[in-house]
Amino acid sequence: MIRKAVIGGLGVVLAVLAGLSFYRSRHLAEPVVAGPGVARVATLGDYFAPLKGTVNDAHVYVLEGKEPGGTVLLLGGTHPEEPAGRLAAWIFAEKAALAQGRLLVVLTANRSGSTATRLGGAYPPDFTIPTAWGGQKFRMGDRWSNPLDQWPDPEVYLHYPTRQELAYVDIRNLNRAFPGRPNGTLTEKTCFAITELIRREKVDIAIDFHEAELQYPVISTIVAHEKGADLAAAASMFISSVEGFSIGVENSPKALRGLSHREIGDATGAISLLLEAPEPFLDATRGRTDRALLLTGKDEFVVRAGKRGLLFEKIDENGWPIDIRVGRHTSTVLQILENWTADRPDRGVIITGVPRYTEVVEKGVGAFLTDPRTAPASRVFYE
Amino acid sequence: METIVTALYYLLTAYIAVLLVWNFLKRKNWQEEALYIIVLIPFLLRLLRLK
Repeated sequence: MIRKAVIGGLGVVLAVLAGLSFYRSRHLAEPVVAGPGVARVATLGDYFAPLKGTVNDAHVYVLEGKEPGGTVLLLGGTHPEEPAGRLAAWIFAEKAALAQGRLLVVLTANRSGSTATRLGGAYPPDFTIPTAWGGQKFRMGDRWSNPLDQWPDPEVYLHYPTRQELAYVDIRNLNRAFPGRPNGTLTEKTCFAITELIRREKVDIAIDFHEAELQYPVISTIVAHEKGADLAAAASMFISSVEGFSIGVENSPKALRGLSHREIGDATGAISLLLEAPEPFLDATRGRTDRALLLTGKDEFVVRAGKRGLLFEKIDENGWPIDIRVGRHTSTVLQILENWTADRPDRGVIITGVPRYTEVVEKGVGAFLTDPRTAPASRVFYE
Repeated sequence: METIVTALYYLLTAYIAVLLVWNFLKRKNWQEEALYIIVLIPFLLRLLRLK
């Protein structure tokens, strides 16, 4: 009896320790200081009422310029385990000022997905970006919505409205559920809210930030709906010649459904683009899956895979640091908007205050995050 | 419908958790007791909506 009590007690201690860790990770509040361009902060629930008050009622930071122009949407956190996308969106929300047009920024498109890590993936629950004021902690997140918010998964996921058969787990993947369904799952409702936002705000360009493992062929590229192929190609050429890094262009396949670059372009008037940066943390051949790997992108096993020709992107002992990955995203957006504005001055979007690739790499991402303690409480929001 | 299916899965989880506790109480050696306790933890965390 004493033995059972001891073993049972140890089990309770383990369950409490694990539960506390999961609880703290799920409820970690990430401060955002609304930047000079932010005129108001809406939520996805404002565009689709059933999402109001749910875990995925994400903030929409609305930045407005002095001059009228076009409207651009930036989506961070579609896949929260790809943190360069969230951090790039963070910089736009905190630092951007607009001379023309409007910018809508969502930092955590799938907030539910940001509250859990991959089952069996041994992910760290969070990571910290060093700053001059000490550092800012972010949730690690996962590719899929948290099973606590949407469970169980079906045997086969039928995409709405095409009924294409997709992997069962992708029923919780925001980037397989566009354009969304008003009476669907939480993930489908979230996609529907984003689609409604794009329609109602008459968004011209929707840009979805991502990262990819180096073993995935769609990497270091702009995936473009056919409506945005010329825009993406021009941005790719400018960036590859002047920015210090190369980025390709891929056509959005018409036969693969549910992805933002396909469905947003088909279902709305917007040009839909998706940006991919390299993230060795996601590679199946990686070694220890810790915070250092997430932030430095250095992994000897992924390097070995590269030497054996198994990767679609280069990697060496310098890895793929988070500053490089975030800088690629900020520069790519700025270049796309410069080309867009030159081509469509009446629908132009002119942004200042956001660092390009070279500056992010030189100073680090942390240099472009704002200390929430120095900001008025009315300008601080929590993701 | 989705809510009903989710509720049924939580009921199944609770049922399996009770079976695991029952088996833990019936075991005679410590290795099997420890095994049942370890297997029980994820079921408890799901029931408590922690993981």
